[in-house]
Amino acid sequence: MRYAMAIDTKKCVGCADCVVACQTENMVPIGYCRDWIVEVTDGTYPQLEIEIRSERCNHCDNSPCVRCCPTGASHYVEGGIVKVTQHKCIGCGACIASCPYDARYSHPDGYVDKCTFCDHRIKLGEQPACVAVCPTKCMYFGDLDDPNSEVSKVLKKRKYKSLIPEAGTRPHVFYLI
Amino acid sequence: MREELITSGRMNAHIDPHLEIWHWHIPLYLFLGGLTAGILFFAALYTILGKEERYAGAVRRAPVVVPFLLIIGLAALFLDLRHKLYFWQLYTTIKLESPMSWGAWTLMAITPISVIWLAIHIQEFFPKWEWKNIILKDLNGFFVKNKVGLAWVMLVLSLILGIYTGILFSAFNARPLWNTSILGPLFLASGLSAGAATIILFARSHDERLLFARIDLMLIGIELFLIIHMFMGFRASTQVQIEASGLFLGGPYTAPFWIFVVMLGMVVPAFLEILELRHKKIPVYLPVALVLFGSLMLRFIIAYAGQFSRWLY
Repeated sequence: MRYAMAIDTKKCVGCADCVVACQTENMVPIGYCRDWIVEVTDGTYPQLEIEIRSERCNHCDNSPCVRCCPTGASHYVEGGIVKVTQHKCIGCGACIASCPYDARYSHPDGYVDKCTFCDHRIKLGEQPACVAVCPTKCMYFGDLDDPNSEVSKVLKKRKYKSLIPEAGTRPHVFYLI
Repeated sequence: MREELITSGRMNAHIDPHLEIWHWHIPLYLFLGGLTAGILFFAALYTILGKEERYAGAVRRAPVVVPFLLIIGLAALFLDLRHKLYFWQLYTTIKLESPMSWGAWTLMAITPISVIWLAIHIQEFFPKWEWKNIILKDLNGFFVKNKVGLAWVMLVLSLILGIYTGILFSAFNARPLWNTSILGPLFLASGLSAGAATIILFARSHDERLLFARIDLMLIGIELFLIIHMFMGFRASTQVQIEASGLFLGGPYTAPFWIFVVMLGMVVPAFLEILELRHKKIPVYLPVALVLFGSLMLRFIIAYAGQFSRWLY
């Protein structure tokens, strides 16, 4: 089993519904976010191209955050999801510095927090909150090892990229282009 | 022409607009860790070489400051933690891939050893000192008898402590300025140099002062060599590292780095030490203070500039 997410940059309008859904679902403290929107405008007027991406932890196969954690609080769970055990985290900040995507933050309660792919929802057979609420249906989530999962099917059909693959992290959030 | 604009809806504290997760605690600790590693290294080295009497400043006197400096460093590390009450989790596991885990265990071993080293040389400062408690007296006797063995352990641990402080940074691929293996040897050389400089303050004989001035001079030479190689490596690397090195080559950290670290922390004290070796009269504390200042500034500037550097995407 290998969970992954694919996000269609051609359909995403940057409404930030995913951001708010995540904050509500995961009780993210005010002023923080586990996912966010990036808009990249490329070119010179009038030849402009815009790409909108909903970004979050990439749940990498070779996660620098898991490697550098001195206590083992950052770890992998089934399906390749990267999680933080709150009562093992000492709040040293090493994982925050190690993430090339800056996907982690220091929770006001002291421990480090990040996207969990809503694994509490996945266990119930539901989609992650961000995917479930997306009004343009631009996000696909599922098991890469299952050829019939939505994410496998869309990645077979479309061209895609991941973010900074040259960092060697083997990210598992893909962007359809 | 190409224009790129990134607008992000993210404003997480200490992450945006650029990473600032580590403040003064970490560079202060890295400085104290490097300095104490340097002092203990020379104390162990001259014990093993059997030159304790000749270089008593290095072996018996300078290490007296180590436990106190380590405690200040450990306190700084503790203050830096955001989930403080769980710090003991560091000692529930050994993670070989995590430099921080190496550091935590090394500190766990070297701090008590530095206290033992102080205890067995306490008569250097209090000549009439006697251990009244029989257990302490026996323990003292045991360590005095096995001093060379203790020195070997201290030699290895001090090298690990000195080099891991640099590896801690260099292991972060996400921060291009830190992601160079030169940082380990550079921090080690800088720590040894700070240690040698501190020993000069504690040396009683002119002979010992001259030896450590010579050692310090050599270490400053090594540091300058490593710094040049670090920049050569950056300039020949990928765009992310070219831009990271730009922070020191025209960017916002250019003046502090070249003035405080290289000029005041290395070139000027090296010049003063050369004058001293040529028997000119130099106030002894001046090159020492400059070397310590440069060593501290190196950690501060690398810590802050490293957090400023990032991948481009």
